[in-house]
Amino acid sequence: MATPPVALRPSDLQRGAGPRRKETAIRRLFFAAGLVSILISALIILSLVSKSIGFLSAIEPQWLLSNNWRPRNNEFSIHALFVGSLIIASIAMVVAAPLGLGTAIYLSEYASTGMRRRLKPIVELLAGVPSIVVGFFALTVISPGLIQQVFSGAGLFNLAAAGIGVGILTVPLVATISEDAMHAVPTGLREAAFGLGARRKATSIRIVLPAAVSGIVAAMIVGLSRALGETMVVAIAAGGSGSSSFTLNPLDPGQTATGAMATLATGTDQVAGSGAAFPSLFFIGLLLFVVTFTLNLVSDRFVRRYRRRY
Amino acid sequence: MAMATDVTRSVVGDSLRGEKRDLGGAIFAGLLFAALLAALAILLLLFWDVGRRGVPLLAERGLSFFTNGPSGSASKAGIGPALVGSLLMMAIVAVVAFPLGVGSAVYLEEYAHDTKLTRIITTNIRNLAGVPSIVYGILGLVVFVEALNRATDIRDTGALISGGLTLAVLVLPIVIITTSEALRAVPRTIREAAYGVGATRWEVIRSHVLPYALPGIMTGVVISLARAFGETAPLLLVGAVRGFFATTGGTLEQILHQPYTALPVQIFTWTSQPQEEFQDLAAAAILVMMLVLVLMNGVAIWLRNRYERRW
Repeated sequence: MATPPVALRPSDLQRGAGPRRKETAIRRLFFAAGLVSILISALIILSLVSKSIGFLSAIEPQWLLSNNWRPRNNEFSIHALFVGSLIIASIAMVVAAPLGLGTAIYLSEYASTGMRRRLKPIVELLAGVPSIVVGFFALTVISPGLIQQVFSGAGLFNLAAAGIGVGILTVPLVATISEDAMHAVPTGLREAAFGLGARRKATSIRIVLPAAVSGIVAAMIVGLSRALGETMVVAIAAGGSGSSSFTLNPLDPGQTATGAMATLATGTDQVAGSGAAFPSLFFIGLLLFVVTFTLNLVSDRFVRRYRRRY
Repeated sequence: MAMATDVTRSVVGDSLRGEKRDLGGAIFAGLLFAALLAALAILLLLFWDVGRRGVPLLAERGLSFFTNGPSGSASKAGIGPALVGSLLMMAIVAVVAFPLGVGSAVYLEEYAHDTKLTRIITTNIRNLAGVPSIVYGILGLVVFVEALNRATDIRDTGALISGGLTLAVLVLPIVIITTSEALRAVPRTIREAAYGVGATRWEVIRSHVLPYALPGIMTGVVISLARAFGETAPLLLVGAVRGFFATTGGTLEQILHQPYTALPVQIFTWTSQPQEEFQDLAAAAILVMMLVLVLMNGVAIWLRNRYERRW
C-alpha cells in the first residue's frame, strides 16, 4: 500500500510575512496616489474660496452691481461678464450641437467599421487642436472672412466670431459623447426596427436617438460647460479689454468671465488703478468653477442613466 | 408599440405609393456626412491659413526662427526660449503626472472595492477633467507660485517649476481616465491565472496587468503631453513671461526657478500685436506647434493600432 498522503495545511501554502508586509506597503502607496485627485479638488476649492473672501471683504457691495466691467474704476459688473459668456456659449452650441450630433449619428449608424476607423481620426485631430490656434483662426479667418462679410457693420473683434471658434472646439466633445451613447444602444433594437421594414433614417431618428437621449443631453451639457470655460479664443478674438460695457449684441466686442480673467492676469491692471482689480479674478474663477462643476455633475447623472439601462 | 405601427405604416405606405427610392433618407445621410466633412474642412482651412502665412516666413528665416528669442522687431524674433520652456515643462509633466496618474488608476481598478469613497473619487476625477483650464491657473498661482515664493527667497511672479506642476495637475485626470480604460481592457482571466499559480496582488499587477496595459497607458500619456503642450490659459496666471527675458542656463535647480515662457504663450503674445508681421510670426509658430501635435497624435494612434490586442 502506498503511504497515505501528507495532509497539506493552509500554513504550508502561505508565504512568509515579508511579502505580506511588502504587499500592504504597496497597497498604501497606491491608495495615496488614488487620493491625490481629492487633494487637488480640495486645494482648488480652498484657493478659490479663501482668495474670493479676501476680494469680497476689500470691496463695497455696490461695486458689483455696476453695469460695466471696469476693474480699474472699481466697477465689477459680474453679470456683464456672465452675459458675455452666455452669448459666446449659445453661439458655440448653435455650431457644435448640429455638427457634433450629425457626426455622431453618421459614425455610429451609417459608417461601416472600416470607414469609421478611417474617419474617427478626423474628429480626434480636431479635438487635439489647441484653443490658442482656434483663437488665431477666429481672428484671421472667421471674423474677416465670415462675420464681417455677412454683417457689414461688425468690427474685427466681435463675440460672434469668438463664439463660432469656441463652437469648433466643442464639436469633438459633443460628437464623442453622443457617439458613445448611441453605441451603447443594443443592436437588437435596431434589428427589430429593420425587421419591421424601417429604413436607416427612421431607425436612427425614431429608435436610436430616443434610446440614447440621456447620453446626448449629457453631451450637450458637457459641451456647454466646456464653452463657458473656454478662455483663449475669447481672449484673442472677442476683443474684451481691461474695461468692457454690458452688451447683448453679438457683433460688438465683449468680455466674458474667462476673458476677463485672462486680461487681469496679463494686463497692467495690477500696476495702475484699483487694488481690488487683480483679486477680482479669484471671485470670477470661483463663480465659473461653481457653474461648470454643477453642469458636469448634472451631465454625469445623465451618463450614468444610460450606462445603467444598457 | 405605437412606434412599431408608425414605422410599419410609413414603410407600407411608401411601397403602396410605389416610392422605391428613399430621397429623404439620402438627403439625411448626405447632411450627416456633411457634418463630418465640416470638421475636415475646418481643419484644412486652418492649416491653409497658418500655412500661407507661416511657410514663407519659415523659409525666409530658416533656423534663426527656432533659435532666436522674443524681440521687439519682428524680423529678429524667434521661438527659441518658448520651445525650450515648453519642452522642459513637458518633462516635468511626464515625471509628475505619469506615476501619480498610473498609480491612481491602478488603485481604482485593481485595489479599490466599490465603496462610497471609491465612487466619490471616480466622480471627482471625471469632474476635474471638466474644470476650465484657467481655474487650474488659479490653483497654480495660489498653491505653487505663492508657496514657492514663501519657501524660497525667489521673489518672482512665476518660475518654470510652477508652470510645469500646474500643467501636470491639469492633465492628471486625463492620465487617470485613459490608464483606467487600458487596465479594464486586460481580461480578468489573465489576473486569475496569475493568482492561480500563487502570485500576490502586486506581482499580478507588475508582471501581468501593467505589461498588457502598457500600450494603452502610453497612448494616454502621449495624448496628455500633447494637451499640456498646447495649453495656454493657466500659464498666463502662473507667470509665463510675455515680453523679453534672458535665459542664463545654469544648474537644474536654477533652470527650474528661472522666468520662462512657452510656445502657446509666445503665440498669444504675437497674436495680441496689431502689426501684420507679428501675425505672420504667430502663424509660423502655430505651424510648428501643429506639426509637433500631429506627430504626437500620430504616435498615439500608431501605438494603439500596433499594440492593440483583441482578447
